[in-house]
Amino acid sequence: MNLKKTVILGAAVAGLLGSSMAIAAEQFIGLPSYRVGPYAAGGSGIFGGWIDYMQMINERDGGINGVKLAWEECETEYNNARGVECYERLKEKGETGNSVFQPLSTGITYSVLDKVAKDKIPLVTMGYGRTDAADGRVFPYVFPLITTYWSQATTMIKYIAGKEGGTDKLKGKKIALLYHDSAYGKESHAVLEKMAERYGYELTKLAVAHPGNEQQSQWLQIRQLRPDWVILWGWGVMNPTALKSAAKTGFSREKMVGVWWSGAEEDTVPAGSAAKGFTAAGYNVAGADYPVIKDIEKFVYAKGHGNMEDKSRVGSVYYNRGVVHGLITVEAIRKAQEKYGKGKALTGEQVRWGFENLDMDDKRLGELGATGFLPPLKTSCMDHEGSGKVKYQQWDGNKWNVVTDWIDADKELVRGMIEESAAAYAKEKGITPRDCSKEM
Amino acid sequence: MLYREAGQFKASYEADQQIFPILQDRIGVLLLIGFFALAVPLFADQYWLKAILIPVLIFSLAAIGLNILTGYAGQLSLGSAAFMAVGAFGAYNFMLRIDGMPFLVAILLGGLCAALVGVMFGLPSLRIKGFYLAVATLAAQFFIVWALVKIEWFSNYSSSGVITAQQIEILGFAFEGPQSKYLLTLFVVVVMALAAKNMVRSTTGRSWMAVRDMDVAAEVIGIRLMRTKLTAFAVSSFYCGVAGALYAYTYIGTVEPEGFNLDLSFKILFMIIIGGVGSIMGSFLGAAFIVLLPIALDVFVPMLLGDLVSSSFVSNLQLIVFGGLIVFFLIVEPHGLARLWQIGKEKLRLWPFPH
Repeated sequence: MNLKKTVILGAAVAGLLGSSMAIAAEQFIGLPSYRVGPYAAGGSGIFGGWIDYMQMINERDGGINGVKLAWEECETEYNNARGVECYERLKEKGETGNSVFQPLSTGITYSVLDKVAKDKIPLVTMGYGRTDAADGRVFPYVFPLITTYWSQATTMIKYIAGKEGGTDKLKGKKIALLYHDSAYGKESHAVLEKMAERYGYELTKLAVAHPGNEQQSQWLQIRQLRPDWVILWGWGVMNPTALKSAAKTGFSREKMVGVWWSGAEEDTVPAGSAAKGFTAAGYNVAGADYPVIKDIEKFVYAKGHGNMEDKSRVGSVYYNRGVVHGLITVEAIRKAQEKYGKGKALTGEQVRWGFENLDMDDKRLGELGATGFLPPLKTSCMDHEGSGKVKYQQWDGNKWNVVTDWIDADKELVRGMIEESAAAYAKEKGITPRDCSKEM
Repeated sequence: MLYREAGQFKASYEADQQIFPILQDRIGVLLLIGFFALAVPLFADQYWLKAILIPVLIFSLAAIGLNILTGYAGQLSLGSAAFMAVGAFGAYNFMLRIDGMPFLVAILLGGLCAALVGVMFGLPSLRIKGFYLAVATLAAQFFIVWALVKIEWFSNYSSSGVITAQQIEILGFAFEGPQSKYLLTLFVVVVMALAAKNMVRSTTGRSWMAVRDMDVAAEVIGIRLMRTKLTAFAVSSFYCGVAGALYAYTYIGTVEPEGFNLDLSFKILFMIIIGGVGSIMGSFLGAAFIVLLPIALDVFVPMLLGDLVSSSFVSNLQLIVFGGLIVFFLIVEPHGLARLWQIGKEKLRLWPFPH
């Protein structure tokens, strides 16, 4: 009896495996998602939006030039060891192997950083990860696309300067940086200090221990310090706590600026009315009024295929961020197909070329139905960041409203630091930087 | 019948004091080591070596470390991950700052750093016991991770506080591929596991167990409490430290202090609870259980349920099943998986004539 059961189960498993292998000309994308654990809110939104976009491309266009997109999720629980396991598991899947790895976790990014160059799989770390990887000469396989933490820090000072009436007005102003005490939070220090030297504002750094639900002493310090602005470099539960503490302390939320990991509905809704007036950066905006989101609703949700359990999250900041991941990944594959043959499944190495030669100007974004949804993007061998622009959004108590146009990063300052840091990394690891004039 | 020690006479003290006094055990262990050292690297693919076997070995070593402290010496600790971090960052700094540092020496020195820190945080164990001691070691967990982030010298002033392990080279041979890294890990783990197995039957090990069973009685018969408890902390942290160094060098490659958080400490504690408290083999079984089961669930649950349910549900279901299985095993065998093997051994001795 037992043997019989085993045989039947084995046959069923074999059948499942067989059926999934029968489909041809597919581009495989491995998704190291996290839908449980402390960051599940972000993970489910971003991966949900991304999957919905790919589903939409399959339904509306029949794939990319006829190549259907295929994907498989692997649960990382935002844990480095699990992330590495997922990376290895997804690596060989599909016709041509995994074509891109986007872990949405700084820890996992660092854990696979050295592996991707060997395995020839592009690693895309949009809005997080290793900043100096923007130097494509040293990191050919790593793409911190759109913008980096350092670029973001410069736009924050620009935004504050704009509110104060010019960079010359920054002199003598007090800015407090309330940051998550981790590698992520410390990314901001060097740039903000450099800019403090240049513009003469006074920077006070206040660390908040993980997870950040205890901030009384920091806000006591803020009360004594009376800063003109507070920069919130938070993550997860730290954000609503900061907003609530600010309300208790009586610090104006209008004078608080958050990073893009502080600026989602998940950060403001739990803070209730205390969040009203808070402004945060974003390399994508919230809202469902864009043609690309409308298409997802029409081709995916109307047919009952949507990935989000809570459909009201479609159009939220995290969801839209996932759509941005989808948009850029699909565009990179399309670009690579132009070079390596339309209608073919590509290898990771070929898709890497696509990521390095992205050119999504306003016209192209218009065709994709995403004008104003994400900044125009143009990458090259030298520049794996490609844009550096962010918009600022303000929470009005119910939703995020865009309050600025795309603000450009201080490229000259950031680029210098990136090249310096990348060169140090190359020296430590014995990497010879590529010669970009020879790249096509 | 198969497992019978009748007729195996020991004619010398050496024969009687071997790590594995029974012939069948010796053969079994040799066969196991032979299988993992010779057959596995030949036939296992990259995924198995890199993503499954290496972490299981490394976590087994960490579990042995905690087992020495908790299982043998009876001191509950929640700081294992932090001691791993000390080992990883210690080895990194020795490799970085001393030219021509041999890798094996570096991981041993990293382990020694961890031992030193372990002794420091073991001092409270002289006064407090049980759950209160667990809270004191919790302080070690938070303090060490905090210190590694705060003091930038440890991560060589890297802007994000992350360290990247250097290339491993022993006698001019570069350990690059998964096979060589796996064999290196296996070698270190086997040597240290045998050493642990030997240690727990020595005077040191026996005094640990005496202290575990009743410290007042142990003191009365002349065991020095302070030295015994502190050696347990030192040896345990040394094992964790070496495991941490291997974790950085042969497994992940690039580590951040936050990777060694309380979650990991708990995981190692679960490994010894599931595997068997006070058993070296249990450490291996527990590590395999805790590392492999979630991965197996992640592979098979979506395969069986497929598109029937949403992916969030699948992810949560895995955790539920995982938790359920832990409860199940603890009810069926509260002394851990190692105890199951023990029972099996007793049965084999009598088989096929149980009466």
